[in-house]
Amino acid sequence: MFKKILIANRGEIACRVIKTARRMGIATVAVYSDADALAPFVQMADEAVHIGPAPAAQSYLIPEKIIAACKATGAQAVHPGYGFLSERTSFAEALAAENIAFIGPPVGAIAAMGDKIESKKLAKAAGVNVVPGYVGEIDDTDHAVRIAGEIGYPVMMKASAGGGGKGMRLAFSEKDVREGFESVKREGLNSFGDDRVFIEKFIENPRHIEIQILGDQHGTILYLNERECSIQRRHQKVVEEAPSPFVSPEMRKAMGEQCVALARAVGYYSAGTVELIVSGADKTGQSFYFLEMNTRLQVEHPVTEAITGIDLVEQMIRVAAGEKLAMTQDDIGIDGWAIENRVYAEDPYRGFLPSTGRLVRYRPPLAGWTDDGQANGRRGVDGVRVDDGVYEGGEVSMFYDPMIAKLVTWGQTRDEAADRQIAALDAFEIEGLGHNIDFVSAIMQHPRFRSGELTTGFIAEEYPEGFHGAPASAELQRALAGIAAFLATARADRARRVDGQLGKRLRPPSQWSVLVGGQTFAVELAGDEVTVDGALLDLAMEYTPGDSLVEAEVDGDVLGVKVKPTRGGFQLTTRGAIHQVQVLPARVAAYRAHMIEKIPPDLSRFLICPMPGLLVSLNVAEGDSVEAGQPLAVVEAMKMENILRAEKSGTVKTVHAKAGESLAVDAIILEME
Amino acid sequence: MSANIAEMERRRAAARLGGGQRRIDAQHAKGKLTARERLDVLLDEDSFEEIDAYVEHNCVDFGMAENRIPGDGVVTGSGTINGRLVFVFSQDFTVFGGAVSERHAMKICKIMDMAMKVGAPVIGLNDSGGARIQEGVASLGGYAEIFQRNVLASGVVPQLSLIMGPCAGGAVYSPAMTDFIFMVKDSSYMFVTGPDVVKTVTNEIVTQEELGGAVTHSTKTSVADLALENDIEALLTAREFFDYLPLTNRSGVPERPTSDPWDRLEESLDTLVPASPTQPYDMHEVIAKVVDEGEFFEIQPGHAANIICGFGRVEGRTVGVVANQPLVLAGVLDINSSKKAARFVRFCDAFDIPIITFVDVPGFLPGTAQELGGIIKHGAKLLFAYGEATVPKITVITRKAYGGAYDVMASKHLRGDLNYAWPTAEIAVMGAKGAVEIIFRGLGTEEIANRTKEYEDRFANPFVAAAKGFVDEVIHPHSTRRRIALGLRKLRGKALENPWKKHDNIPL
Repeated sequence: MFKKILIANRGEIACRVIKTARRMGIATVAVYSDADALAPFVQMADEAVHIGPAPAAQSYLIPEKIIAACKATGAQAVHPGYGFLSERTSFAEALAAENIAFIGPPVGAIAAMGDKIESKKLAKAAGVNVVPGYVGEIDDTDHAVRIAGEIGYPVMMKASAGGGGKGMRLAFSEKDVREGFESVKREGLNSFGDDRVFIEKFIENPRHIEIQILGDQHGTILYLNERECSIQRRHQKVVEEAPSPFVSPEMRKAMGEQCVALARAVGYYSAGTVELIVSGADKTGQSFYFLEMNTRLQVEHPVTEAITGIDLVEQMIRVAAGEKLAMTQDDIGIDGWAIENRVYAEDPYRGFLPSTGRLVRYRPPLAGWTDDGQANGRRGVDGVRVDDGVYEGGEVSMFYDPMIAKLVTWGQTRDEAADRQIAALDAFEIEGLGHNIDFVSAIMQHPRFRSGELTTGFIAEEYPEGFHGAPASAELQRALAGIAAFLATARADRARRVDGQLGKRLRPPSQWSVLVGGQTFAVELAGDEVTVDGALLDLAMEYTPGDSLVEAEVDGDVLGVKVKPTRGGFQLTTRGAIHQVQVLPARVAAYRAHMIEKIPPDLSRFLICPMPGLLVSLNVAEGDSVEAGQPLAVVEAMKMENILRAEKSGTVKTVHAKAGESLAVDAIILEME
Repeated sequence: MSANIAEMERRRAAARLGGGQRRIDAQHAKGKLTARERLDVLLDEDSFEEIDAYVEHNCVDFGMAENRIPGDGVVTGSGTINGRLVFVFSQDFTVFGGAVSERHAMKICKIMDMAMKVGAPVIGLNDSGGARIQEGVASLGGYAEIFQRNVLASGVVPQLSLIMGPCAGGAVYSPAMTDFIFMVKDSSYMFVTGPDVVKTVTNEIVTQEELGGAVTHSTKTSVADLALENDIEALLTAREFFDYLPLTNRSGVPERPTSDPWDRLEESLDTLVPASPTQPYDMHEVIAKVVDEGEFFEIQPGHAANIICGFGRVEGRTVGVVANQPLVLAGVLDINSSKKAARFVRFCDAFDIPIITFVDVPGFLPGTAQELGGIIKHGAKLLFAYGEATVPKITVITRKAYGGAYDVMASKHLRGDLNYAWPTAEIAVMGAKGAVEIIFRGLGTEEIANRTKEYEDRFANPFVAAAKGFVDEVIHPHSTRRRIALGLRKLRGKALENPWKKHDNIPL
């Protein structure tokens, strides 16, 4: 076994690998860029080597720097994590040349699977179902249009070397192909240095289901069940679970065996994932097709660990060291259900725009997780596991992936795992930047998610108008009214403990009028009893002014509520939504009827910069008439180009910004008539 | 009930009706509460004790003799806010449009005199059409009586004005001389001459809202400290604000219990100041992580945002916070920020409120607009205010403290009691590049860069200043609250007096 390994990665995955290595008694080396000097993974590792400036291209993506760090520290092996150099054959080869072990698959397998076109040919040859499509080089847009026509719309255009949602575009018509083909090529070139594009049939009602493969260097290859990752946004996975609610034991076996056959065909060992696209329309479960194989550890591997009890990182290390797998296919079971939500630094309330910045407050529901080496350890504490690599006061940097943390829950059943997600998300405090906690909580509560009827179009279909918070039931609103009155009473009581009073200390008001979601509730507190609109509310809670998170027991259920005092009330965040709650003493509320409701000004005339970023291009000039939906400007942030479209038709009156300018959030780009 | 008591009740009821139901309805239709309703929201339940409810005007001209309404357009008296005594007046727009008569003014003067005698703040709710024209000079005299009392009360008891309707002409000068002004958006305005006169005289066309609305005064002019959405929000905010204020200049700050530990450490502050000196950060975070429970009452947030002023509490006791804001104009001192902070510092000093100053200032803002606008005198106001202040003064330099602005921001030399610096502090006469270009005039680019590096290594740290005793200690950012809380405890006994003088001559 290795004595010391180096982790050629950062953030949560570096922390994740270090935890297992430490448990195995292996010393760890971290490498870090300027931006990560204070990051937890650097602190956690036994040694750390600085490898350059913040941009990944100048640090984490330079094999020579990694190898130099290995030599300097005497690391015998490198775990690449995911992304960065994990699937780069040249890196694996360079390590081999230096006699440093690569904790991953053989170079040949990476090469075979790294090319989307080649891998499809291989899959076909290995007897794996593949999606109809064009395999070969595409000359130009006209050629692409012809191919798309032959396959039949809709089609997907993908950068051959792409991944992670970048360099992909869906086309429903010839027009879409003409508009998009060149930009897919460009993105492929810019992001991956390869402008080849391939086109394939787009499966309707598609589900994204993938098989976890694990093999050793002695010819054993197992499948560790499936994961379903259908809930994606712009091809970026958001929610993953294992097992899949769609997969029957027969289907699992069929998929698993095909994927093992593919892995065997390329001499695979270590952990890998075969991604399949499954037609949800075919209930027989026979319509599954090979999509691609990721020759590395996946972001979502913890859900597999939670249901199988197998530590994938440990297995990867053992396999790299030449050990035989200590298990057979028959040992691989499914225990319970696990769900992972990716907590991203993106703001669902503002069209999911990237939102980098400082974590002014970061309090996960539990501080990391400790893999105690027991199978149950992979499930975290009480079924909650947080894989993260950030800290309060740290930065979610524009240089890297905007993922803040992975929240993994485990339960005996799917519903239990989802309920644990909701509770854990309620207790997850992040301030300083936009995040998707409310959004994933809303998904966990969504009836369609609960039914298991997922497709990769789930988010687009269920949130066509964007996300505005999970709907609150009448019971929840009533509970929030009671909670808000309780908070207000506690604060009023404390305010009345000030010194210098004229007479005896006053009691706080006991009757409140609470406005939640447009509905007014009359709340009365008497002793321990809370009455809402005349009916008793079964509420037990404690609150000390200053608390940012309270746990309220309502009708025996625990409700975690994030509390922020506001002028005249509280902002209460729970169950996937932010509630602006107004709380007035009842006698004051009587006057509320006289207040004039102020209508916020109509901003639809303005094109407003939704996030801080660079104005790459402005497509219109003053006096131009534009159609609703027409692209007006492109703002680049987080290396993503965001196209800003006209909300409605009209004429451009004034242009306030020019291309090349760095804009702040809410800066006005242009004004319509 | 005896006939006498019945008569009293009848008169009380009549007085409480003000200008009558029709006018009350009209007031409500404008989204405004009546004078008495406002006091009901402002004060603790049933705590208002009215005086002078039967006062009537003494005017006999223009048919006014037949037109008398008890109370004469203003409701006055006293009550409590969270148990603490306050004197109040609330102008009643339903009675003669709240216009100020001689008697109306005398009512206000009476409660101001009481407040001064017993030592309690005055809150005025302004909603008045102006002078009672029918009374002529008598009304003007009334105003002046109020002005005189505003002046005498200044620095003795806190005075807060809520502008909840019109406040025009000479009437503006009473609130103008109080300590703080809150305005209600859309329903209040303040100007010396209104849009009609402006149009006649200068031919400018301007709306009331643009000329003197809450937004104008809370952003552009700095006349108002806060703009609130409506009457209820304004009144409840005034309650919250009142909780920070001492009752008088002798009472000391109020204290209330808190469970926020005095020695709470905030590890995240260690990473607040970015590595790049040109990258901004939000100074609000430091304030929120230092004061009790993160609660900070900021005044003039919409004006001169390059400096932050407001009240917080440490160990339950009020502190005034002044802080440069690197997020806005790099936290530079300019005319507006100097004036804003100077007035705030003087309020704190007058009422014995300790001042916490967070410093990240690159200097004074250069430019013709500033120089020709008189930055010399305006900047001097803040310098003067800090220099004369005798309350406990604790200063924390988080990053830049350059040039004259370093001196101004509650430096050791201005009798700062405890002057701390974070390890990221740079106390220097100016930025390294600028300094090198002056010291080594005429050097090539490369040489300048080398010298700049040299200068930075030498001066871009707090230790040069610490070696001279200008900084008392270089502290861990995470321990800032603990240091300040402990410092405030130790400074409670601070006794410092300025030389006897009739009054100083601050550069106005």
